Amino acid sequence: MRAPSEKDVAAGDVLLAVEDVSLSFGGIKAIRDVSFDIRKGEIRAIIGPNGAGKTSMLNVINGFYTPQQGRIRFKGKTRSKMRPYDAARGGIARTFQNVALFRGMTALDNIMAGRTLKMHRGLFWQMLRFGPALREEVEHRRAVEEIIDFLHIEHIRKTPVGRLPYGLQKRVELGRALAMEPDLLLLDEPMAGMNLEEKEDMSRFVLDVNQHFGTTIALIEHDMGVVMDLSDRVVVLEYGRKIADGTPDEVKKDQGVIDAYLGVAH
Amino acid sequence: MAIKAAADSDTFPKLLIHNARVRGTRPALRHKDLGIWQTWTWMQVLDEVRALSVGLQELGLKRGDKLAIVGANRPRLYWAMCAAQALGAVPVPLYADSVADEMAYVLEHAEVTVAIVQDQEQVDKLLSISDRVPKLTHIVYDETRGLRDYDHSRLTSIDEVQKRGRKVLSEIWAQKNWDDMVAQGKGSDLAIILYTSGTTGRPKGVMLSHDNVLISARNGNLFDHLDENEEVIAYLPLAWVGDHIFSYAQSYVAGFCVNCPEAGETVVEDRREIGTTYAFAPPRIYENLLTLTMVRMEDAGKLKRRVFHYFIGFARKWGEKILNGERVPLHARLVYALGEILVYGPLKNRYGLSRIRVAYTAGEAIGPEIFRFFRSIGINLKQLYGSTEASVYITAQPDGEIYADTVGKPNIDVEVKVGDNGEVMFRSPGVFQGYYKDPEKTAETKTPDGWVKSGDAGFFDARTGHLKIIDRAKDVGKLKDGTLFAPKYIENKLKFYPNIKEAVAYGDQRDMVCVMINIDLVAVGSWAERNNVVYGSYQELAGHPRVYDMIEQHVAEVNRSLAEEGVLAGAQIRRFLILHKELDADDGELTRTQKVRRGFIAERYAPLVNALYDGSTEADISTEVTFEDGRKGVIAARVKIRDMQKIPAAVLEQAA
Repeated sequence: MRAPSEKDVAAGDVLLAVEDVSLSFGGIKAIRDVSFDIRKGEIRAIIGPNGAGKTSMLNVINGFYTPQQGRIRFKGKTRSKMRPYDAARGGIARTFQNVALFRGMTALDNIMAGRTLKMHRGLFWQMLRFGPALREEVEHRRAVEEIIDFLHIEHIRKTPVGRLPYGLQKRVELGRALAMEPDLLLLDEPMAGMNLEEKEDMSRFVLDVNQHFGTTIALIEHDMGVVMDLSDRVVVLEYGRKIADGTPDEVKKDQGVIDAYLGVAH
Repeated sequence: MAIKAAADSDTFPKLLIHNARVRGTRPALRHKDLGIWQTWTWMQVLDEVRALSVGLQELGLKRGDKLAIVGANRPRLYWAMCAAQALGAVPVPLYADSVADEMAYVLEHAEVTVAIVQDQEQVDKLLSISDRVPKLTHIVYDETRGLRDYDHSRLTSIDEVQKRGRKVLSEIWAQKNWDDMVAQGKGSDLAIILYTSGTTGRPKGVMLSHDNVLISARNGNLFDHLDENEEVIAYLPLAWVGDHIFSYAQSYVAGFCVNCPEAGETVVEDRREIGTTYAFAPPRIYENLLTLTMVRMEDAGKLKRRVFHYFIGFARKWGEKILNGERVPLHARLVYALGEILVYGPLKNRYGLSRIRVAYTAGEAIGPEIFRFFRSIGINLKQLYGSTEASVYITAQPDGEIYADTVGKPNIDVEVKVGDNGEVMFRSPGVFQGYYKDPEKTAETKTPDGWVKSGDAGFFDARTGHLKIIDRAKDVGKLKDGTLFAPKYIENKLKFYPNIKEAVAYGDQRDMVCVMINIDLVAVGSWAERNNVVYGSYQELAGHPRVYDMIEQHVAEVNRSLAEEGVLAGAQIRRFLILHKELDADDGELTRTQKVRRGFIAERYAPLVNALYDGSTEADISTEVTFEDGRKGVIAARVKIRDMQKIPAAVLEQAA
């Protein structure tokens, strides 16, 4: 969707690295000294039992939480603090565990909202319905229509998202994230609450996004079948600690992971 | 009035060149893509088809080869048909939703060498059966998505094929070569093989020539006065003969524009944007539209609901008459005009039928209520009877001669007759060449002098001169005296009454027609309440003399209507009884799709059937039943039988 520039990271290199990050809320340590990296072009899964700190981790990457310790290196730049706005500017997009869309707006407008950062004309031009702002809007509409086509949601283009079933809302949310043309896409439980068919569709979309647009994806997911099929590498968290990191096969065999999921007699 | 295909345009590719010449800048095709209607003029379509055609030739497609086409209604798949035909190759469209195994059979049987498919889903299906179809050497796809990492040794995109074609065409001789090749084509050449889905056995490949398809399409256009200004929406499967005629042949012949919807789910919306003038849909589509309307109206405000019901009621009374051009009092016209502004117009706009001139329904019987609803609000809905073997057209209803229970008069150039066994036979320029690689089946269906057996039993209605289809021919039997007996036709007539839930008719190889009837507990129960009929159980209600009286009236009415119907007048109901229990799928009396299992019921209720025919006035029966929780029990009853008067067929003369 976008011509590569010199600043871009080559496929296979580290796009984002989390280094010794710790995060606590008062006395609760949500994340303790976790380090891992996400390579350009891969699908990276973050898994773990409930309360393991997965969503907190995404929020840290996303800049929504500021870790007390540690650094985050994104596209070669290290920082300990990143505002969500900077993250978005820098090319990180995300979806939420509980769909966060503008419920009264149509699917089209919601996805269009994802283009906000790409609009360059100021308020003055936006208010005039001709000239450069109109040209710009047509261009953005085209990009949005391509996403609508990509996600097969033509039939709900003009439907307010509040009226849509949950599975379709999730798809619209993915569309809005894609509209940013992100370098890194964070998906927080994209398959939660879906039936088997919806899950299969969503898996297909995630794979296609990765392949078609070359987007790097980090996702949190509970359905192990989905995780093992989709992801290139998996990092496992438990009680805020990293307990394993590797390919799906390696992680599956890891005794620590098996114990964490099945429980172990003390 | 035979219309011969003009010598210079007796094939699809020749017609395309003709259209590009005489109406080159008019729209030929539209496709909604990225939310915008993209239009191709006839000139542009010619350019695209030519490039695709030469590109396919480069892939090795040649005269006589078969090209499979799998996918939704997309412009490029329609172009592929003409592109293949230009080379003298034969397109074979497949149902896009069939599973790989079904596709394998057709691909193998048709000896397909190249397949053009819509997307990754279809590519995957074809690749999964590639070892069963060794002759299939190339797959060409439209949408590239998801296919990047596939092995491309046998896989090419349509873009790429067209690019290759255009490269060849940049040489001046290549264009002339192509024109020569098109000129070689003849009307008698095989144009297409359409595989009929076939409810029994393997699908059969119906071979149609250019003459078959084009002359039929031309006659169809003439019948309904269709011209280049029509707009149609293409949304039915490419492999179905209806779509082939309505969205391809008739467009090429008349020069009108075909619109491809954005996706399957957007058809209604897309139809509304286009405003189609000529439409075709099986009954269930109209049923869905009507149901949706009624459901939405229930949710509407009180005022809207009252306005709606008032004007729909008014339309029921006058709408059809106005549509048929009959004499109607002025006040009715005025109120109808107001209704048009308030209700009918907005409704038609919702359906995307504001500009409709001709709408057809076919395939199965449409409920008379549904049929009349659409006609009453001013939609010229008509019925048609056709088959793949006839290139669609056998009979259709001419404007102004519309009846809910007929399928119309023979189309232009079509001869229709009814065989001794009641089977409808037809002969026309559209009659198929034969089943591909199956001379035996061909001989079974088609006589040497060109008559085709439709497999349907029917008769010509004496009053209207229209054909009526009564049943599949194999289900039609005869009484002992040779009178035609169509059980389903009689049963359907009975079931038309809300009080009758099911009916089972007997008469094949017997002296007379007798029926067993199931009352509808809801309808008859509420009737009983209103009429102070007291009852304790279904069985008691079913045996109540007053219920018998009511049902007797219905049966008499059915007999009266049968008496008007020529060949069926002899098969009137002479005796009937009301069953003491409801026929139930759990007891094996109905199929799971709620069709009566006539044979099984005859065995199970043998004492009753015997009593019907031996003249007794009542009979005892006890049947084992299965309750919903799986327990079994026995129901015993004494069932009464009533005799009916035969109504003389002379009534016919009065009506005529």
